[in-house]
Amino acid sequence: MDILGLSPTLFWTAFFVISSFGLYIAIAVWARAGTTNDFYVAGHDVHPVFNGMATAADWMSAASFLSMAGLVAFMGYDGSVFLMGWTGGYVLLALLLAPYLRKFGKFTVPDFVGDRYYSHAARIVAVICALFISFTYIAGQMRGVGIAFTNFLNVPIEAGVIIGAIIVLFYATLGGMKGITYTQVAQYCVLIFAFMVPAIFLSLQITGSPIPQLGFIGNAQDGTPLLQKLDTTMTDLGFQPYTEGAKAMIDVFAITLALMVGTAGLPHVIIRFFTVPTASDARKSAGWALVFIAILYTTAPAVAVFARSNFIETVNESEYSVDVRRGEVTADSLGEDATPQWFYNWERAGLLGFTDKNDDGRIQYRADAEANEVTTLDRDIFVLANPEIGNLPSWVIGLVVAGGLAAALSTAAGLLMVISSAVSHDLCRKVLFRGMSDTQELLVARLAAVGAVVVAIYAGINPPGFVAAVVAFAFGLAAASFFPAIFLGIFWKRMNKEGAIAGMATGLVLTGIYIVHFKIGFGSGVIGACALLGALAFAVLYFGTRDRGDGTRGSMGFAAGGVGLAVIGLLGLVGLMPSFGAGVESEWFLGISPEGFGTVGMIVSFVVSIGVALLTSAPPQDVQDLVEEIRIPSVDQPAVTGPAPAPAE
Amino acid sequence: MASVHETDQAGPTTRPVMSVERGKRYWRENLTLMAILLAIWFAVSFGAGILFRDVLDQFSIGGAPLGFWFAQQGSIYVFVVLIFVYSALMHRMEQRMAKELDQG
Repeated sequence: MDILGLSPTLFWTAFFVISSFGLYIAIAVWARAGTTNDFYVAGHDVHPVFNGMATAADWMSAASFLSMAGLVAFMGYDGSVFLMGWTGGYVLLALLLAPYLRKFGKFTVPDFVGDRYYSHAARIVAVICALFISFTYIAGQMRGVGIAFTNFLNVPIEAGVIIGAIIVLFYATLGGMKGITYTQVAQYCVLIFAFMVPAIFLSLQITGSPIPQLGFIGNAQDGTPLLQKLDTTMTDLGFQPYTEGAKAMIDVFAITLALMVGTAGLPHVIIRFFTVPTASDARKSAGWALVFIAILYTTAPAVAVFARSNFIETVNESEYSVDVRRGEVTADSLGEDATPQWFYNWERAGLLGFTDKNDDGRIQYRADAEANEVTTLDRDIFVLANPEIGNLPSWVIGLVVAGGLAAALSTAAGLLMVISSAVSHDLCRKVLFRGMSDTQELLVARLAAVGAVVVAIYAGINPPGFVAAVVAFAFGLAAASFFPAIFLGIFWKRMNKEGAIAGMATGLVLTGIYIVHFKIGFGSGVIGACALLGALAFAVLYFGTRDRGDGTRGSMGFAAGGVGLAVIGLLGLVGLMPSFGAGVESEWFLGISPEGFGTVGMIVSFVVSIGVALLTSAPPQDVQDLVEEIRIPSVDQPAVTGPAPAPAE
Repeated sequence: MASVHETDQAGPTTRPVMSVERGKRYWRENLTLMAILLAIWFAVSFGAGILFRDVLDQFSIGGAPLGFWFAQQGSIYVFVVLIFVYSALMHRMEQRMAKELDQG
């Protein structure tokens, strides 16, 4: 059965991974970027449907592809927060942000914030938020790449992370946004195919319907509705019924809203809408993006139900064979009652674990931790094991691995663009070194991408222990800082820079403190690390705003604040600051979890922004004109907002 | 292309100027449309999927409780429709404005 001396699974995995990587590189060479316009916004001439596909790939990370179905399978109704939260944001994006930001016609999100709020301080705050969000995310993607390589290609995780990083770096620096756009289109095709094939077969096997979305509401083979059957089975085993959640309603509400608003405020998603020709295309493109995302997001809850039902049915009370574990026989040769072969395969990979607590030779899967014998149950199993559960040929497994890698690489590339443009365009060209030429800016952009990749490789190999906290933070941060600033900037002409800076800073700090307090606790070292990050931010603010004569006062305040925070940071790192333990669930504000706190942060940010703006003077006339301008439709457009720059004067 | 930064900016002087009144009308219509669509957006997700889920769960669609189905499927389908409806209606409104602009 072996092909070229490799097992069929290994052969097909290597085949799909290598050929998909080759495809991405070929596309990158074809779509090289020559100008900053190409590099940052793909020349503003991407077709809305292609941009929709690229946005879908950009948005759906390794976590969406591999973990979400499993997450929903474990959480049941509570998993709805991800399904609604990560799709509903596109409605906000299409209606409230994307067309106006496209009409504004610049390269980056900090560009908009800096110009709309006529302030370098506001631009720098936006750059800091964008960098923080993007680094948070990219570390998770690189880790995902590394894990895929280790589990499936027997490559050490370090090598896996580095190979993935080099591929992304290659096409991101060569092609910029242009290269990324077309590789993302290819990556979308790979990932959706890889997700749907096993899902369709699983649906056929369990419900008899080839369409998973219909299988979801259909009947099991014995004629009872699938969901009802799962509810009953789960109740019998001591679990919460699948269609009822365990979370409080207010928390479900808050998390869903925070994820929606956070999605709309994430810079790597927003910049995708800068690549289409007109504002009208931006709206259309958001619709296509959501279509492509919805294909996966409406299939995932169906896969969740199929996988959980199937897992309980085939694994629970099945007869475990040590001979199969040792690889002496295959499970298929044993009786009906035997534990399925895939259980052993994934047990060897460490994603499943069995301890026979009552020595009866059978696996008991229960809610009660004392009686439960499935001691390890990784949520990714519910996607990874599907090809085997569906008895699909081994090449399908290879396809799923290539799909997971496509999801991780496409998201990493989008994030890399945000980091590179924030550093080269917003920080260097607009703030620190104003005399840069296009060529120099492109060079800095490419160097910044290299720097970002090095950090991402490090973070992927040595993931910070608080990854869960930082992901919640990325959404909370986007919801509580970017969204109010951009929304008010478009819909309220009176909104001024004082309001925007105060609102972004309050949202950021408040949400940050809440999440850190409840996720990891303020130990001395944590206080130190936070203070040092703050000090770095103040240093950039100080150098970015001094002697510019743009009316930003308080440069000495930035300097003093920076020095103060640096001292606290150093004291904290050597353990001289007081330590506070992590908060517990009963202390949550109104019963809202850290994941949902972005909603509260957003409301506070809106209130502070509006309050401060009303107390300070109205923005200058030219800024009000700019707002007026971006609201007007793009009548008569291609000639004016199309790829060709309009005459200067 | 060296001066992309200076020229790529969409300045008010480089495009046909829409009359103030027409611009205001366009904006008002846009806001009304948005308010209606966002109300639907809220109703299918936060309403049907979260706040009134228990009431809707008394009904079912196929084999799924209706509130649960809205939270995991229905709301997403409606989101897609909302964006395309908005996109189409805005496009029509813009076409109309453009025609009026031509006629002076």
